[in-house]
Amino acid sequence: MQFDGVPLDFILIGLVLYTVLAGADFGAGLWQLLAGRGPTAERVRDHAHHAIAPVWEANHVWLVFVLTVTWTAYPIAFGSIASTLSVPLFIAAIGIIFRGASYALQAGVSGPHERRVVENVFALSSILTPFALGAAVGGIASARVPVGNAAGNLWSSWLNPTSNLVGVLAVALSAFLAAVYLCADAHRLGEPDLERSFRRRALVSGMVTGALAIAGLAVLRADAPVLGHRLIAGPGLPAIVVSVLAGLGTLLLVWRRRYGEARVSAALAVAAIVVGWALAQRPNILPGLTVQQAAAPTDTLIGVVVAVLAGAVILFPSLALLFSFVLGGRFDPDRATGAGVPIGRGRRVSGNRGFAGRVAAALAIAGTGLLTVASAEWAHALGVACFAGFVVAGFHAAAPAEVVAADTDGPSGR
Amino acid sequence: MRLSALVTELPLPPVVQTYLDQARQMQALSFAVHIPLVCFGIAFPTMVLVVEWLYLHTGDELYRVLARRWTRVMAALFAVGVITGTILSFEMGLLWPAFTADFGSVFGLGFAIEGFSFFVEAIFIGIYVYGWNRLSAQAHFATGIPIAIAGIIGSFMVISVNAWMNHPGGFTVRDGKAVDVHPVQALFGNTYLWHELVHMYVAGYLVVGFLLASVYGVSRLRGRWGRYERTAFAIPVTVGALAAPVQVLVGDWAGREVAQDQPVKLAAIEGLADTTRGAALHMLGWFNGSGIEYGVAIPKGLSLIAFHNVDAVVAGLNTVPRADWPIVNVVRLCFQAMVGIGSLLAIIGVFYLVVRVRRHRLPVSAWFYRAVGVAGPLSIVALICGWVVTEVGRQPWVVYGTMRTSAAVTGASGIPVGYGTLLLVYAGVVVAVVWILRRLAAAPLELPPEAPAPTMAQRR
Repeated sequence: MQFDGVPLDFILIGLVLYTVLAGADFGAGLWQLLAGRGPTAERVRDHAHHAIAPVWEANHVWLVFVLTVTWTAYPIAFGSIASTLSVPLFIAAIGIIFRGASYALQAGVSGPHERRVVENVFALSSILTPFALGAAVGGIASARVPVGNAAGNLWSSWLNPTSNLVGVLAVALSAFLAAVYLCADAHRLGEPDLERSFRRRALVSGMVTGALAIAGLAVLRADAPVLGHRLIAGPGLPAIVVSVLAGLGTLLLVWRRRYGEARVSAALAVAAIVVGWALAQRPNILPGLTVQQAAAPTDTLIGVVVAVLAGAVILFPSLALLFSFVLGGRFDPDRATGAGVPIGRGRRVSGNRGFAGRVAAALAIAGTGLLTVASAEWAHALGVACFAGFVVAGFHAAAPAEVVAADTDGPSGR
Repeated sequence: MRLSALVTELPLPPVVQTYLDQARQMQALSFAVHIPLVCFGIAFPTMVLVVEWLYLHTGDELYRVLARRWTRVMAALFAVGVITGTILSFEMGLLWPAFTADFGSVFGLGFAIEGFSFFVEAIFIGIYVYGWNRLSAQAHFATGIPIAIAGIIGSFMVISVNAWMNHPGGFTVRDGKAVDVHPVQALFGNTYLWHELVHMYVAGYLVVGFLLASVYGVSRLRGRWGRYERTAFAIPVTVGALAAPVQVLVGDWAGREVAQDQPVKLAAIEGLADTTRGAALHMLGWFNGSGIEYGVAIPKGLSLIAFHNVDAVVAGLNTVPRADWPIVNVVRLCFQAMVGIGSLLAIIGVFYLVVRVRRHRLPVSAWFYRAVGVAGPLSIVALICGWVVTEVGRQPWVVYGTMRTSAAVTGASGIPVGYGTLLLVYAGVVVAVVWILRRLAAAPLELPPEAPAPTMAQRR
């Protein structure tokens, strides 16, 4: 049934978005590490930091999305992959911890030494994580993950030519994406020297990544001949052609300083590689396990499809809002406008405290009766609602902020 | 089609895993680090929004400063929560691949929906944090609301999965495999869900309320008690004080639900070896395999509390083979700690409320502030103890009565290495979180000079 493959399409979309969005955040970390020392390097690092700060968490969630949809819709595949590839996935997890923790720490660092330590941890984990995730993908793509609980080899499943290739490629693609995006950001901010330096990085990393990808096809032909063949001569070919064209187009656009379009075409070049892999590997998820065989029962698939479509209705407008603020320069460092004028300046929060207090007391008594004495389920539900009302009314009655704002330590005659 | 049938009849079979206990401890460690952060996801956005609302409504700059400082704390804790939550997702596959492979189709939907609320949280926290001073005041306040809603829905989903593990439904087992799967019924048609959910939400407000209050309570003991500190103390302590007595009653409700659906867990909580009519309740003491030693007994107390009937029959541990008992003393000790701390918090809360109502001011006794200073960290202890009761009390089952934890575990080697690594890394994360919170607290207040003069003088 066609329906079996629908969640897989969602997973693929999630993987593509994770690669082109979070990938660029990883790449920004790489450029921070390679920035060197001195005041120019500080500016490069600051620029990379400011660019990813508002978005990295949202971009990271695509990974969680991919994981959860996979284990819901294709549980056998997920269990097999996660157990055989536990080592690279654990390394990626550790990388994710270091990245998030060092990001949180950046809010509190003071002095160049502390900053440098935290930033280096951030940058190193930004290389480690995409490499490990890429190596895991390489293990799946080269058919080294059989169905079963840790049925594959714990080491050769991710320490092999294909995994090394995909791991290195993941890092290189991230760096390329980041360079293009950061170049566009620098252009928007009106920082010509940063723009020049990221333009150079974009061009160089683009060429290096392209060369890597072409050399990689040779590696695939030797190490994973089936996938290699289907990628070059089979269903993957259109995607590869798109990727090559978009990659070349990006170089041209960056060269001609048309960064807005370059951003899109760079993302397209990278996305096409992920899609090409998926097309070449279909209909198998794992060796001997087709999408249809791996799929969860129908009720679950329907649940996933409904949840994802309903979620998308909320998600995409929210993402659009975030990215329109970020790309529109709303969150740029020099755009702080001072405090907005609040609605009710000078107004007091007023209301009938005594009444709120009596309501709170009444709700507490009613809640106790319904939740503790009564035993019917509807009574419990009502009891919980009473207690929620008790907390809200009680908070209003206590008016903690105003009371302490009004007096010092003595009794108050409110 | 025949091949499909072949594969689906062969789910991931159980393996021999020497390090099952280490795998469980690694999972427990990951939860223990993550769950306090979940509380901040549940309760903190609402509290920040209340303060921002006070600013919008009164125009008092103090509330703006307070809301911004709490926003920084919220952002740092959210970043750490993002990673510790991701680790839990990884561990679903790294540690328990057979559980996920066999039952992912039943419970996975909850996590898939949780993923979306996580998205909304991450997106709007980015907007909210960077939108200070860059969006209009009202628009900024509005961008905070989705964070609060998403924090609540996300934990709702995760708890629905946990409730399903404790009280599974929505599927049939045939030949060791889940068939006839109805995930919506499994997750949301579960009578066991609601008490667990409410208990955790109230716990979220308790932990955040008392933890924040304890920070400013300690400030007062050190002599810093300006208008800023008083406000920052009064808001969370009021929330905690109102939530604490409610939690006592919600906990009692949860106990009755456990008594009904998981009698063995209740027997472990009490240390009741044999099925007893009119069973006694024991405080403190130690379970020696057949009864409680050195405890204080309240005759017929357990029957009264668990079934509201002094002569009710309470099932003992002897209803299942000894090999299927949870670790009784761990469950029991954690339960007693949770109840003890919860009662203490309720006493502090009621005392505070009485002073507020009777005297219209904050308590003045230093002992009150010392108690609150201790109550904050203790509330986290109670939180973790509560989860230990739920999760260790569920053993030896991962899906209660259906799948054993030993059948769920990974066949991969190297669990001790992973456990050791995660232990070291998380120790570093805890140190880092404490460090960043202290740094944020040490940053000078950006209160405007026109703030009320007497309190400024008092501050320095």
